Amino acid sequence: MIAEARDGAQTLLKCLEAGGIEYMFGYSGGAALPIFDALETAGTKIKFVLARHEQGAVHMADGYARATGRPAAVLVTSGPGAGNTITGIMTAHMDSIPMVVISGQQVTWMLGKDAFQEADIFGITMPIVKHSYLVKNTDDIPRITKEALHIATTGRPGPVLIDMPKNISQGVCNAPLEAEIDLPGYHPDVAYDVNEAEVIAIADAINRSKRPVILAGHGAMLAHAGPELKELAETCQIPVTSTLLGKGIFPESHELSLGMLGMHGTAYANKAICEADLIMSVGSRFDDRIIGQADKFGRNATIIHIDIDPAEIGKMIKPDLQAIGDAKVILTALNKHVTRLQTKDWLAHLDGYKKRFPLNYKKQGGLKMQHILDVMDQLTKSRAVVCTDVGQHQMWAAQFCKTEAPWDWISSGGAGTMGFGFPAAIGAQLGRPDDIVVAVVGDGGFQMTLFELSTAVLQKTPVKILILNNHFLGMVRQWQELFFDNRKSGVDLEGNPDFVKLAEAYGAKGFQIKRPADIEKVLTRALEYNDGPCVINCEVVQEDNVFPMIPAGAALEDMIIEKPKYRMEKPVGST
Amino acid sequence: MNRTIITTDTPVTTLELAIPEQPLHTLSVLVNNQPGVLARIAQVFARRGYNIESLVVSPAADGRFSRMTIGARGEESGLDQIKAQCNKLIDVIHCYDHTSDDIVSKELALVKISVGPDRRAEALQIGEHYGCKTLDLSQDSLILMVTGDSGKLDAMIDMMSDFGIIELVRTGKVVMTRGSGTT
Ligand SMILES: Cc1ncc(C[n+]2csc(CCOP(=O)(O)OP(=O)(O)O)c2C)c(N)n1
Repeated sequence: MIAEARDGAQTLLKCLEAGGIEYMFGYSGGAALPIFDALETAGTKIKFVLARHEQGAVHMADGYARATGRPAAVLVTSGPGAGNTITGIMTAHMDSIPMVVISGQQVTWMLGKDAFQEADIFGITMPIVKHSYLVKNTDDIPRITKEALHIATTGRPGPVLIDMPKNISQGVCNAPLEAEIDLPGYHPDVAYDVNEAEVIAIADAINRSKRPVILAGHGAMLAHAGPELKELAETCQIPVTSTLLGKGIFPESHELSLGMLGMHGTAYANKAICEADLIMSVGSRFDDRIIGQADKFGRNATIIHIDIDPAEIGKMIKPDLQAIGDAKVILTALNKHVTRLQTKDWLAHLDGYKKRFPLNYKKQGGLKMQHILDVMDQLTKSRAVVCTDVGQHQMWAAQFCKTEAPWDWISSGGAGTMGFGFPAAIGAQLGRPDDIVVAVVGDGGFQMTLFELSTAVLQKTPVKILILNNHFLGMVRQWQELFFDNRKSGVDLEGNPDFVKLAEAYGAKGFQIKRPADIEKVLTRALEYNDGPCVINCEVVQEDNVFPMIPAGAALEDMIIEKPKYRMEKPVGST
Repeated sequence: MNRTIITTDTPVTTLELAIPEQPLHTLSVLVNNQPGVLARIAQVFARRGYNIESLVVSPAADGRFSRMTIGARGEESGLDQIKAQCNKLIDVIHCYDHTSDDIVSKELALVKISVGPDRRAEALQIGEHYGCKTLDLSQDSLILMVTGDSGKLDAMIDMMSDFGIIELVRTGKVVMTRGSGTT
């Protein structure tokens, strides 16, 4: 068959479209010109969204993927354009988010000669991508595009970079659009082969346990294992706690839910882990923020690790039993072998903790982030897609915004990237146009990517931007208060703009909440506002602290419920 | 422990090793024959603070692939993680640790020693003992080629250091599992 005359750039777009790409976020520039031109000439259905910064574009693709489970593409130019994607790619990589990033590049014969806007983005991104390509031949584009999408979305998902020199995207492509994948070293299908013996060993351990806990992570979400997880928990009567990114895989209103565990998790989840005789992780990587001091974690428990990535097994915690593979498939097999357990006493014991150490806050004494989040959760009946930034507001959102369904909670977990929340919310809203999307951000993080207000206004995405404005880099200030004698260094956000006026300057709607009495009234109006993005600036109390807290690197037993009277040691862990 | 440092081109020195030596692991990595693969593998080691002691890269029997034989020392758990991370790379077909396997292991070294007519016969005789080939002969130097397992090379180099080693090039070891095992 003779292929119709098309260039590399047109081929790329056709292949991305055939691979299911609906959105492409990006920013133009010289080396990417042929691809931008192809957006006009290739007759593609892919919708291009012009961001205001490449980092914003990557976070949008990330938010889109986290809200829909489908990947988006990113298109940027070479050199500085590609360089600006680093934080976004790293954020996606840390949290196993599928995406394909296409960077324009200098022409091949100039590579390595420090030509204008040449950056070795293939080399720079190596440690933060699942895989990457430097395309040297136009006819390779169909194969590479297909492989990139396949790699990004299968196994443990992740970002894939395609660096595309300008002469390659401009060159004529003679290869057919349909290409064969050629990846002899990549076998994601093995994740669906169940090792029956492993599963039976795990089932036996569960059936013998008296105080079991399920620890559900992002991997369970990525495997769409919610129904199987629920069946397991309900059949066996096992309580479920989740990681930050696991929020929503098990409804948090369920009586077996313990909410989130870890550094700022619920006291009852952390206590359950401390007292459990069996901890089964489904798709979590035993991150340092959930296990604290590794050698004390689950010392008296049988630890089971179910993960799709063999490299996670034993990386942080050496499990007693393991199963490597897709969580949905493994849980389906497991559910055939488990029985109802006698966990009545254990659940009653944990209920005691829920009553003794509930998540709470005082409604008096000024406007509290917790109060606003709590009311927002009620007004949206826990069905908003909540995208957070990073800091105190993020942890309180994790505590007070109950996540009832998978894909409704979007937060930068592994990387903790400030500036993520708002652009991710734009991506989420584009992917889920009929749902309420709230970006919960701090005044610090919002200012890292607020220029995407233009993008949100132009795209008419009705994202609700809830700025929990304490005029501080709150989470860092909290650490300085607790561990550095309250010496405030580099945390005062003096000079913040008037966010309401700022929103209006961008053509967005601005709301203001100054007193607890305003919360319900203003939030109701903001949630109903659908003509585009709106900003809700909340002037919250300046110095408040998130508890419970496990100091970094400390054991879960050392959790503190409120600010101690004594002076605390500096944490041994990093963050 | 006094140990002869033999991996540089500078004249042979001895130095006190502060930490007890961890066992040397030999990994055999079959990879796609593509640009960037070596950098990806090197990053897996470097990021975790592990030093690659020896590295041999060569085309595999199937021309699509390359074989890397990597010697590295370090804690077992760290190396397990490195192996797992190497195996995870899309360009890696497989990564095996042959440390405790039944393997044949060989290395080759070129050793240029400083020797004049007075002690030349002595040097050649020692060389003969190790099965060396003489590759070059000049008024005041000699290049010997020695092959064998790494221990034999160490011993030969140690003996030759008595004459004065001007330059040393070792290939790093290559290994292959015996019988039906896969390398
Ligand atoms: C890009 C980036 N820089 C720095 C940090 C370190 N950091 C973590 S939380 C935080 C403070 C966040 O302040 P703000 O956005 O106002 O939120 P708050 O904690 O006050 O709710 C900082 C600086 C980070 N996580 N990301």
